Amino acid sequence: MIASGSNSNSPPLLEARGILKTFPGVRALQNVDATFYPGEVHAVVGENGAGKSTLMKVIGGIHLPDDGEVLVDGQPEVIDSVGRATELGIAFIHQELNLADNLSIGANVFLGREPKKAGPLGMIDNKQIHEETEVYLKQLDFKMPSTTLVRDLSIGQQQIVEIAKALSQNARLIIMDEPTSSLTQHETDRLFEVIAQLKSQNVCIAYISHRLTELTQMADTATVLKDGENSGELTRDQMTHENLVSLMVGREVSEFYKKTERERGEVLLEVEDLVVPGQENHPLNFEIHAGEIVGMAGLVGAGRTELSRVLFGIDQAVSGTIKVAGKSVSIRSPQDAIANGIALVPEDRKQQGLILELSVKDNTILAGLDRYQKSKFTQHSKLREVSDAMVDKLLIKTPTIDQEVQLLSGGNQQKVVLGKWISLGPRILLLDEPTRGIDVMAKEEIYRLMEQMAKEGVGILMISSEMEEVLGMSDRILVMHEGEIAGNLEGDAISEEGIMRLATGAK
Amino acid sequence: MKKNLGIFLILVSIMLITFLIGWLKEGETSFLEGGNLTVLLKRTSLFGVLSIGVAFVIITGGIDLSIGSVVGLTGVLLPFFITPPDNGGMDMPVPLALFLIFIISLSIGLTHGLLITKLKLQPFVVTLCGLFVYRGISRVVTKDANQGFGIGFKGIKSMAKGKFQVGPESWEFFLPAPFLILIVIGIIAAIYLNLTVYGRYLLALGRNEIAARFSGIKTDNMTISAYVFSSLLAGFGGILWACDVGSIQPSGFGNFYELYAIAGAVLGGCSLRGGEGTILGVIFGSAILVCLQNAINILGISSQLEFAVIGLAILIGVIVDEVIKRVAAKRRAIQNALQAKLESG
Repeated sequence: MIASGSNSNSPPLLEARGILKTFPGVRALQNVDATFYPGEVHAVVGENGAGKSTLMKVIGGIHLPDDGEVLVDGQPEVIDSVGRATELGIAFIHQELNLADNLSIGANVFLGREPKKAGPLGMIDNKQIHEETEVYLKQLDFKMPSTTLVRDLSIGQQQIVEIAKALSQNARLIIMDEPTSSLTQHETDRLFEVIAQLKSQNVCIAYISHRLTELTQMADTATVLKDGENSGELTRDQMTHENLVSLMVGREVSEFYKKTERERGEVLLEVEDLVVPGQENHPLNFEIHAGEIVGMAGLVGAGRTELSRVLFGIDQAVSGTIKVAGKSVSIRSPQDAIANGIALVPEDRKQQGLILELSVKDNTILAGLDRYQKSKFTQHSKLREVSDAMVDKLLIKTPTIDQEVQLLSGGNQQKVVLGKWISLGPRILLLDEPTRGIDVMAKEEIYRLMEQMAKEGVGILMISSEMEEVLGMSDRILVMHEGEIAGNLEGDAISEEGIMRLATGAK
Repeated sequence: MKKNLGIFLILVSIMLITFLIGWLKEGETSFLEGGNLTVLLKRTSLFGVLSIGVAFVIITGGIDLSIGSVVGLTGVLLPFFITPPDNGGMDMPVPLALFLIFIISLSIGLTHGLLITKLKLQPFVVTLCGLFVYRGISRVVTKDANQGFGIGFKGIKSMAKGKFQVGPESWEFFLPAPFLILIVIGIIAAIYLNLTVYGRYLLALGRNEIAARFSGIKTDNMTISAYVFSSLLAGFGGILWACDVGSIQPSGFGNFYELYAIAGAVLGGCSLRGGEGTILGVIFGSAILVCLQNAINILGISSQLEFAVIGLAILIGVIVDEVIKRVAAKRRAIQNALQAKLESG
């Protein structure tokens, strides 16, 4: 475990006091305080829309606060640009990494601050760029040469490049926004090592994450925000899951996962020797019963999403059979899947799940448009009816069904995706990371909905990287490891250790 | 050069194939003779200047559709400004005319850039409107009358017409003046793009504008500069073309040149997604277009087929390029996976 590096004797690096920030129609931050000390991992936690990103953007020079002050080394500062933040030693590593992937590692590290050769032409000194970059890369124990193009790096490696960039700017406060959201377990471990190292160099890490387990592992302090206000501070020894959640939602979450008694019905989906493209050596075999919630655990990259894409007909299986309710079916397109009662809630709701510029209504009816027509003309009243029903059933919070989906919160957007498929009355529901990046309330509602669907006899396959969700929701758990099903856990055999052992390929 | 090897090989193959077909079919060797090579070089240079300009815009992820009309505008304005009134002109001193054309081209590029960055209009729309507007202005200013220089103005005409004999006289091979101009412009552009911070900023913002902006780069100014280069080079190209052709029809002069320029840049490795392109590649790209046109002539292919042949040739070139890139990417991915495996033990 990482020892607490926060030193109460040293003066604060940065203090935000009474920060107020409003956007048209929204009060994003109200009277928010936060104090960052050198050499600590300072978690900034809250549900979506709680204001944590806004607070970080105020510190990072992207937004100017309407009121309140930011003190750096005890001096009030106006951080009115990213450039000013950089001068003050504040670096911001965004969730969507900000690298130009057509350039080399070194070119990215020094982008905007290129050392120039002597002479009137002001040419870039590439030699110096790469030499200095190598120093930072070495410090981070990163093995690729500085001349490597960023597009040839994995996401995790690109993150290390961002950190090297921050170091090269002499950053003393590095803001990391959901840094592990697209990392593999191995890369996450690597990142934590780097963070520990930065701490020992007296750098402060402001760490935003939805993954509470990560925070309980490594955060020294936490500032919890709720509805744009301070909801509490936690120190290292108070950093428990329960404390974090209760401050985030402002109430005790006792019965988060309510599993009810359900009848396990006949086999709905049966997969026999299914070979997914890219995993030619691992034929897959499993089945899902009616009324059953099957969790699918595994590390990122274990082949779970690829499997869901094949089951839904986006990609073609190399070989093998898929049976629905005992009958062998050919699924060569999403249309085939839908016709067989299979629905997929994809992993990336903004790209794959929704058309953000369209309304709630148009999104909910998108997959079933052909069902709502009369002699080839769309029946608009029918569409509104269906959409209204979904908004009621899923408790989607939207002023009207004509609201653009991009204006809804993440949780409500996800409910719209669910509504799109539930309105078709599927028999088999494939969910890929159904609660990624959405707030606790919406999560709970989605869990309740899954329970209800299962009770009505739907078979659910839930792919999830959140251990608690898998443990809390699944009747049965399939664990994938490098393209194969490493285990099928049921009843008393289910344990966190067991899943992790199978998922990491340990014997 | 490694990046441009593919396009260079395509260029050489097209030249060899054209020569071989001609030679085998009817013993025709004119394609590789000095006179024809001189023509090829000159036309490559005239198109190349335009392609280099648009390459800067394409590298920022934008597009400039107004080039042909800017060529038309400066092409008619030059003779209109400098010829005597009895010829329908304004009798201006040549340096003043050139200066005015420079200012006009610069303002056009600046206007495009400002509309695209400050008002956030789409480059396609802004420059498409430019395409119509500048063409209209050319026709109105000249009352749609053909423009020409008459017999005078040898000095300025020599920019396009001048040539320097190279090798024995029997070769009849000359280095055309526009080629020397292209070399100078190409070298300056290549230095700017590859060795100065500005070039790097263009490449960075073309691929990831937010990353560039968050790195403290004034991305708007850089984008504007790209449109200014494009229009300046189009304006200059118009002067060269006008001097070369001699007789300029306001309604048609320069039509489609923006598409040739874009095709040359894309063939030469510029990605319309931005962030990619080399000057040498763009020059080779222009050369390919010119060779194809010439090949159609020499091989006696019906000129009605010209556009179809050029279109298909570009399409095939782009497909081959894409396939090669995918194979390379796949190979890299496999290598990286192996590397990762080694590292994690």
